[in-house]
Amino acid sequence: MTNSRLTSLIRAWSSSDFFGTLLVVVLAIVILGPMLTVGLWAFAERWRYPSLLPTQWGLSYWRETFSRADIIQALPLSLGLATVVTLLSAVICLPAAYAFARMNFPGRQALLLSFLTVNAFPRFGLYVSIAVLFFRLGLVGTLPGVILIQVVNTLLIMIWLPTSAFQRVDRALEEAALDVGASRLRVFVQITLPQVFPALAAALLLTFVGTFYEAQGALLIGVPNIRTLPVLMYSYINNQVVVQYGAVLSLAMWLPSLALLTFAQRFLRGNTVSAGFGV
Amino acid sequence: MSTLNLIDLRKQFGDVVAVNNVSLAVGDGEFLCILGPSGCGKSTVLRMIGGFEQPTAGDVQIDGESVLHLPPNRRPTAMVFQKYTLWPHMRVYDNIAFGLRLRRISKAEIDREVRGALELVGLSGYDRRYPAQLSGGEQQRVALARALVLKPKILLLDEPFSNLDALLRVRLREELRAIQRRIRITAIFVTHDQEEALSLADRIAVMSKGRIEQLDRPSDIYATPQTLFVADFIGAMNLLSATVDGANLRIGASSLPSPRGLANGAATVAVRPEDVALVSPDRLNGLQGEHIWRGQIIQLSDLGHYRKAFAQVNGLGQLKLYLPKSALVNEGDVVALYPTRYLVYQNDGLPVEVKQPAIGETPIHNWPMAL
Repeated sequence: MTNSRLTSLIRAWSSSDFFGTLLVVVLAIVILGPMLTVGLWAFAERWRYPSLLPTQWGLSYWRETFSRADIIQALPLSLGLATVVTLLSAVICLPAAYAFARMNFPGRQALLLSFLTVNAFPRFGLYVSIAVLFFRLGLVGTLPGVILIQVVNTLLIMIWLPTSAFQRVDRALEEAALDVGASRLRVFVQITLPQVFPALAAALLLTFVGTFYEAQGALLIGVPNIRTLPVLMYSYINNQVVVQYGAVLSLAMWLPSLALLTFAQRFLRGNTVSAGFGV
Repeated sequence: MSTLNLIDLRKQFGDVVAVNNVSLAVGDGEFLCILGPSGCGKSTVLRMIGGFEQPTAGDVQIDGESVLHLPPNRRPTAMVFQKYTLWPHMRVYDNIAFGLRLRRISKAEIDREVRGALELVGLSGYDRRYPAQLSGGEQQRVALARALVLKPKILLLDEPFSNLDALLRVRLREELRAIQRRIRITAIFVTHDQEEALSLADRIAVMSKGRIEQLDRPSDIYATPQTLFVADFIGAMNLLSATVDGANLRIGASSLPSPRGLANGAATVAVRPEDVALVSPDRLNGLQGEHIWRGQIIQLSDLGHYRKAFAQVNGLGQLKLYLPKSALVNEGDVVALYPTRYLVYQNDGLPVEVKQPAIGETPIHNWPMAL
């Protein structure tokens, strides 16, 4: 093949939509494929090799899954846990974020970067070493232990997003409000907070959803007493002969995040989350 | 309707002296411009008046009383910022009403005040809009209305028009002047734009390196800059290094008459481009005054109501000239020329003004002419 033929071939490749179409197909197989499998399993009552599709469809496993005592217990536990962790994280992180954004103190940058380290190493290694520590402190298998480990998880988002949001608030806007007679507290509540609200809402939302789905930490610290929904799902997938329980559960667990993210899209600007990391 | 006094005002940031013992008295209803290059401390002075910076030493008095102990929200001043600083989540109406609502004023009264302020800045009917729906000029008008609606004693403006395009800047400047005249408010306007300062101010304080170099009416500042810095900063100026030698000022190979009272030694001669008379050499009729320079027009541009030229003067260098459009010269013409008026600066002292009578026959032109 001559050189010019090669270049013209490449040109034809890139100019046509062929490459784009191929990309979409590959992405669909990689992303949608597993989801489709899970979706099929959730509604399959019988599916044996070598059939391509389930041979018997039905909802009986949904009824069965949601009448299980451990799941009925785990749902309120998971929701409550996510709420408590989000609130606790907010109480700790939001004032810290304001301090990071507005005050200058020694070690500010190093401290800010240290929150990245939680995400910089393999999570599981971190959990194992924390689990050892928690075991000595008697926190393993307790609710406070699980709450603590999950709060650690939320630090990155709950500090970095709000910090950069506070940094992006124009100080002159606050000075202008001060200038017309507002007190510092009023300036914060009526001028500063509305500017950072979308970023704060995004951080809270991501934290809630992230905590709701967190399984590794909860699994390692919570055993054997604290069993959240994702932990149950893990054990179903790993230990149960019946694949359908895990499939039904994971499908059902899409709903809360789907609802939250749809709700979020309503009132958050699309770029809030991505812009939030521009520290 | 108030007076402002700055007394030995000083501000240091660490070792850096931003404002160096500035004293200033602004009269009731006066429009004062603080003019200077960036970093000269002019904004810091304004921020100390508004309460956003605490002076290291000195005092700020409004109507004779010190306001240093008052935070910005309790000072009788209102600031218009360089960036428009409208609160983006509030409508125009709420932006203006925000300050009023903090005071014990009835709703009906607030409504009347807000509409009055909007009318004053020519934006009636804009009250339901959000800042993002306004142009830069409109936003700055709202910011002005927001400041004026509180009826401050002193209006502070920190380069309010510098983010606007040239045409709008001129228009808003004129509107601001008209409003200030109408409500007779004392105003301090900080700018680095000398044209803005010259056209707005009753008086201008020219600042450099934290100090006030000169405080005068615009025409006086232009006519008699008291320091070399002001001479160089305000308007166009030819600055020539000279040596006083008895009755002569030697400038390179050329010379000028020296005023009395100068010591022999180095000096600087300042000549405004419009203070140079041109004589065509063939009309000199053998007049050989040594204070008449010879040169050549090396560049000439027509700028509508006047012509700008550069002349290469023998033994002296380049000189910038503003000529009336009637001046009959062309690029490349050899001409004779001499300054009709110049200032001589020596040893940080006040300048000495020299006016030269017309020499020889009628010059090609004789400034000043109607611009």
